[in-house]
Amino acid sequence: MKANCWHGKKDMRVETVPDPKILNAHDCIVRITSTAICGSDLHLYNGFNPAMQPGDIVGHEFMGEVVEVGKGLQKLKVGDRVTVPFPISCGSCLSCQRNLFSVCENSNPNAGMAEELWGHSPAGLFGYSHLLGGYPGGQAEYARVPYADVGPLKIPDELDDEQVLFLTDILPTGWMAAEQCDIQPGDTVAVWGCGPVGQFAILSAFLLGAERVIAIDRFEYRLRMAREKCKAETLNYAENDVHHTLMEMTGGRGPDAVIDASGMESHGLGLAGAYDRAKQAMMLETDRAVALRQAIMAVRNGGTVSVPGVYAGFIDKFPMGSVMNRALTIKTGQTHVQRYHRELLERIQKGEIDPTFIITHRMRLEDAPHAYQIFNDKQDECMKVVLKP
Amino acid sequence: MATHESWHARDRGRRRQSGNGEAHGDGSLSRALGWFSIGLGLAEIAAPDALARLIGIPEDNANRRMLRAFGLREIANGVGILAQPQESGWVWARVGGDLMDLAFLGNNLRSEEAQPNRIAAAAAAVAGVTALDVLCGQRLAQENGASSSTTANRPWSRHIHVRQTVAINKPPKEIYGFWRDLRNLPRFMSHLERVEVQDDRRSHWVAKAPAGRTVAWDAEITEDQPNERLAWRSLEGADVDNSGEVHFERAPGGRGTILRVEMRYTPPGGVFGAVAAKLFGEEPQMQVRDDLRRLKQVLETGEVTVAEGSMALTHPAQSWPDQSRRIPSNAAEAGR
Repeated sequence: MKANCWHGKKDMRVETVPDPKILNAHDCIVRITSTAICGSDLHLYNGFNPAMQPGDIVGHEFMGEVVEVGKGLQKLKVGDRVTVPFPISCGSCLSCQRNLFSVCENSNPNAGMAEELWGHSPAGLFGYSHLLGGYPGGQAEYARVPYADVGPLKIPDELDDEQVLFLTDILPTGWMAAEQCDIQPGDTVAVWGCGPVGQFAILSAFLLGAERVIAIDRFEYRLRMAREKCKAETLNYAENDVHHTLMEMTGGRGPDAVIDASGMESHGLGLAGAYDRAKQAMMLETDRAVALRQAIMAVRNGGTVSVPGVYAGFIDKFPMGSVMNRALTIKTGQTHVQRYHRELLERIQKGEIDPTFIITHRMRLEDAPHAYQIFNDKQDECMKVVLKP
Repeated sequence: MATHESWHARDRGRRRQSGNGEAHGDGSLSRALGWFSIGLGLAEIAAPDALARLIGIPEDNANRRMLRAFGLREIANGVGILAQPQESGWVWARVGGDLMDLAFLGNNLRSEEAQPNRIAAAAAAVAGVTALDVLCGQRLAQENGASSSTTANRPWSRHIHVRQTVAINKPPKEIYGFWRDLRNLPRFMSHLERVEVQDDRRSHWVAKAPAGRTVAWDAEITEDQPNERLAWRSLEGADVDNSGEVHFERAPGGRGTILRVEMRYTPPGGVFGAVAAKLFGEEPQMQVRDDLRRLKQVLETGEVTVAEGSMALTHPAQSWPDQSRRIPSNAAEAGR
């Protein structure tokens, strides 16, 4: 089959690779009908994850038709149309039973490696390096899905692929980011990063009761989408001082909750940005945290900092003093997709959410390398690329 | 927690019982030989001429060089012995050195300036030390084979002692039941090929070794407190002496079970030893930790987690699951 494979920094290649096979009794094989590129795939593209091997198949936002089932599966049948959550979860461990699906205790066969870095291992993920299991990803024609009775969500025929594809990752991610803000009716929420996750976080914040959402970015096309599609107020950090402007907008109180949808490749202008870039170049810091620092400093006393943005290692100059002395709450985590995707599917069916607005490019799987490049460089007003194998 | 304290107390007791060999007679003999090596080595390096005169060999450049070289060898040997007084290998190395010394002395007999009487006396002294070295080496080798030493894992050590814990989301009774049927062990212990149960206490174990070989032993259950504790040990004639125990502790809040596993492998010297020492690969603690992870996966999800690109599958002790064969779903299948 054809698959998009990582071969080094900024080097993705679509190659012919062996088809996946059933390995365990609870596996299924999905023929992929639509797949997308995630912002966190760009961390792999830009060489931030040292546990990648040339030839690794990437991609973790995929859906399709079940074409083969393992002997142990009770619920899933051949022919079912499903979206597949990006975290792989066994459903039986204590974490899964507590609905903490993204930290499943059993699904990372390379748990020892992750334990060295993080103290414990989270769940295995599709297409996200050997640190998280070495599972082949979904930017391909087929994929093997473990614990197939636990993850895959059946999709009714009347919905198009594009309407539901984002249930695999970014829609639940934006939703969880907003839910973790513990939004009270009338709250003001500020979101750093207006990529797809940021857009869905804005949307979700309003649905969960926020009265004002302030979207922060520097690309005008992203801010425009946040304004027009999600009804946010916008702030361009290349033109304004973020902290000062947020204080003006909130009468000095600060937003009730803040969302860092930017993550470890956070772009910063001025001294803060230069500091982080320099430290990274000297290998003294693995992640950049400009947006996170700003978010912490801006949020009101006693407020919540919600972090869906992906971090891998360590950051420098973390304002712990601000966090402690002002009684802040920090909530974070890889998305527990399985916890949210049913409810979000219902909202899509009812018409409350139409996720298709973020799709700006539709391409074939073969175009994946080009797609990564325009997505990374934010060219051609690229917001979200959907690939068809 | 009471059980945790008793676990540690039992462990301390065991350590005191077996001792660490320091007070043992032959530990002190090997140390004495170690210091002797160092002393002799220093003399050979610092005063080769005086030494040459003493033992009756000509004081020429060739001899001086040889003596200095021997001196370095002695010091290295002595340091090795003092670092690992229980390792017979260093003492056997002394024997090799002694033979070299004897050959050197014999060679010098032919020389005109030699003093045969002194050389003979020196040779007798060396022979005496050789006898001590051989005695010590033999005793150490025997001791290491028989003892259940709790020496910590050092890369060059043949004693393997592993302690690991894991939390499993199942009640102690279920996990005890699974483990008590020893035929299940190969389903998660990657170094085991099969375990055959002979009766209530006895079993026959076969383990994988590098290059497709196997090692085997008979074992017996030595302690069996249902749902609480299980202990076993290998019987006489085992390729690899070993013992193990597992404690099943109810986790706080009724959140399943905490398993505490301790295993000891003491392979004999020689070829078998080198082979058996690799049973757990380079990192015994990691290997057993991964074994327990697999146990948790099997008990919680019914299968061992695999991913096509996972490094777990590239570990020498792991094998690619045979896709034409179902993963054994019970002990009887696994035993086949």
